[in-house]
Amino acid sequence: MAEITYRDALNQALVEEMERDESVFLLGEEVAEYDGAYKVSKGLLERFGDKRVVDTPISELGFTGLGVGAAMVGLRPVVEFMTFNFSFLAIDQLINSAAKMGSMSGGQVTAPMVLRGPSGAALQLGSQHSQACEAWYLHAPGLKVVTPGTPADAKGLLKTAIRDNDPVVFMESELLYNLKGEVPDGEEFLIPLGVADLKREGGDVSIITHGQMIHVALRAADQLAKKGLEADVLDLRSLRPLDVESILESVAKTNRAVCLEEGWSYGGVGAQVTSILMEEAFDDLDAPVLRVTQADVPMPYNKRLEAWAKPNVARLVEACEKVCYV
Amino acid sequence: MLTKVHMEALSPTMEEGQVVKWLKIEGDSVSEGDVLAEIETDKAVMELVARGGGLLRAVLLSEGGTAPVGEVIAVIAEANEDISLFEKQDQPTSPATTTEDTPLSGEVLAVPLSQPEQSGEKVVAEKGPGLEGQRIKSSPLARKLAEKSGLELQSISGTGPAGRIVRKDIEAALNTQAATVARPIVSVGGPEEYEDIPLTQMRKTIARRLSESIGPVPHFFLTVSVDMSKWTEARSQINRMLDTHGVKISYNDIIIKATAVALKMHPECNAHWMQSSIRRFNAVHIGVATAVEDGLITPVIRNAHSLGLREIHDEVRRLAEKAKNKMLKPEEYTGGTFSISNLGMYGIQEFTAVINPPEAAILAVGSLESGQMKLTMSCDHRVIDGAVGARFLKTLKEILEEPAAGFI
Repeated sequence: MAEITYRDALNQALVEEMERDESVFLLGEEVAEYDGAYKVSKGLLERFGDKRVVDTPISELGFTGLGVGAAMVGLRPVVEFMTFNFSFLAIDQLINSAAKMGSMSGGQVTAPMVLRGPSGAALQLGSQHSQACEAWYLHAPGLKVVTPGTPADAKGLLKTAIRDNDPVVFMESELLYNLKGEVPDGEEFLIPLGVADLKREGGDVSIITHGQMIHVALRAADQLAKKGLEADVLDLRSLRPLDVESILESVAKTNRAVCLEEGWSYGGVGAQVTSILMEEAFDDLDAPVLRVTQADVPMPYNKRLEAWAKPNVARLVEACEKVCYV
Repeated sequence: MLTKVHMEALSPTMEEGQVVKWLKIEGDSVSEGDVLAEIETDKAVMELVARGGGLLRAVLLSEGGTAPVGEVIAVIAEANEDISLFEKQDQPTSPATTTEDTPLSGEVLAVPLSQPEQSGEKVVAEKGPGLEGQRIKSSPLARKLAEKSGLELQSISGTGPAGRIVRKDIEAALNTQAATVARPIVSVGGPEEYEDIPLTQMRKTIARRLSESIGPVPHFFLTVSVDMSKWTEARSQINRMLDTHGVKISYNDIIIKATAVALKMHPECNAHWMQSSIRRFNAVHIGVATAVEDGLITPVIRNAHSLGLREIHDEVRRLAEKAKNKMLKPEEYTGGTFSISNLGMYGIQEFTAVINPPEAAILAVGSLESGQMKLTMSCDHRVIDGAVGARFLKTLKEILEEPAAGFI
């Protein structure tokens, strides 16, 4: 097992899958000559040539449509969005084409493809470039949505996503690209979609989260432990399909839950999880489920306001204490 | 015209009512204002009157059954009207779990039994708009746990936001009654060993309100002074007779015996509080608080009512010896129906002892001074009311003051 960055883990996954299956190819803005805006595709052009590593014009709707078409005829495209903020230009292809192809053709035509790139806020990129976009794509049946928060999960999940026969929205994070972590070796290191991972075990409260927020959750869990509260940190990893069983298992143990997500609360991931808890775990709950999310405003550019708007450790600790009645 | 007969709020604090007796039966002709039934509220037995006329077509709640305020318990209609919407309930409905603090502390102590509290006043039982909304705030988990462990939410005070009952409140309640759970009652005889008495509305209210006021076990204390001079004489005679056997009956043995006899005459004090009922025992098993090296334990003299003084003496000695050596088996220190704590030998004149739940009372015995001895009984008010405890103590005093009384 080697310790590598999240970025290199993604790069390894791409290399391994492109080596394994020549129908896999990468396209997007600056993925080839420039090695990708965040260098995830470093060395791929040299290794696989310009037929399989394709620089596109700044035209999200166009190249995403190209990807859907390629997937329909048997290829396995990996479409990179420089950031998911730009994916909104292509949302018609994602929702109206990729997500619906299988259903509308009665399964005759599918769109096995991966749409990947960073999502969520970095630092002071303004409201148009700081959005956590999970909820937009979570809403539509037909898309799978995956949000790895560690290098190992990034590699294992990307490899599985590329092999999956449905369109998979694969959301990375700018702030995680440099994160280092142990990543198992081997070309068959695959993490199934729809399986959550308990990143930390405790019995008092379940923090249900995903993506880069797991690190906020783990720091909060450290602080809570000092105060005598042990938190389960459940990393959903994949939001669709969702590992409902693990959520219920954790809450059955702790009887209280706080949903943490980077995006807005309104119609967010936590809203869905909370609804499931109401329906499936009502009698296990000793306190109302709380959510910690971004403030319900476009992300401010001002540094202090931005820090205030983002979900943070202090707010999460407070919410956990509240559901524990302390 | 069809008239639904509701369980009406016949007292200001009533949350549910029990049908004592139906005064009309199905098929009877009923006029508006007729008394349909006697209903036991939390305070008294009240009359439920018809709000409309016709035939009493359906009685939905049997005598003895309980229904929350507002529930339809009978239907008055014309002979040809369709009443198929109303189905008979085979079983009395479970008690309503709707209550919250009503600002009436203390009132319950002075309520009349089976007497309309506002006689003469026509019972106008408009359901107050607030009544329906009154509910105990509790988490879903707390409700599940309470149901599982047979706890009534009414008897638990919540520590969560706005008084919400949460898991730790249930756990705390369970801890306080852990004795009930952890100490199984050793079944010595058949099912006639005890009788479970369902809680009446009044008993439930007393239990709830008193628990709220003092704590898990609402204690009160009754003290009586006993003249032991006749027993001093009798004891000397008995011990002279037993001298050759090396046996010396103690005052404690006498008190145990007398208590057992008195309990047989007042079984309402020989009881356990079971949360949802009161368990009244036929046999008397007396726990004798016994100091041991690192605390105390209460070995139980089983069937003390049927033992002679010497048998009690031997049993006390045997168990005390085992207690000292920590050799008591669980069945030797569980299943008591009443306890006695005697600190007389330490010169304590009088004191109050803490009840050993689920028992309903404990007798604290003080020192014998110039033939006088003080007995203080701690009573669980949920089970024993003042007059009941007083009557028991009166009997006990008589037995202790007149040795022959124990043989009546």
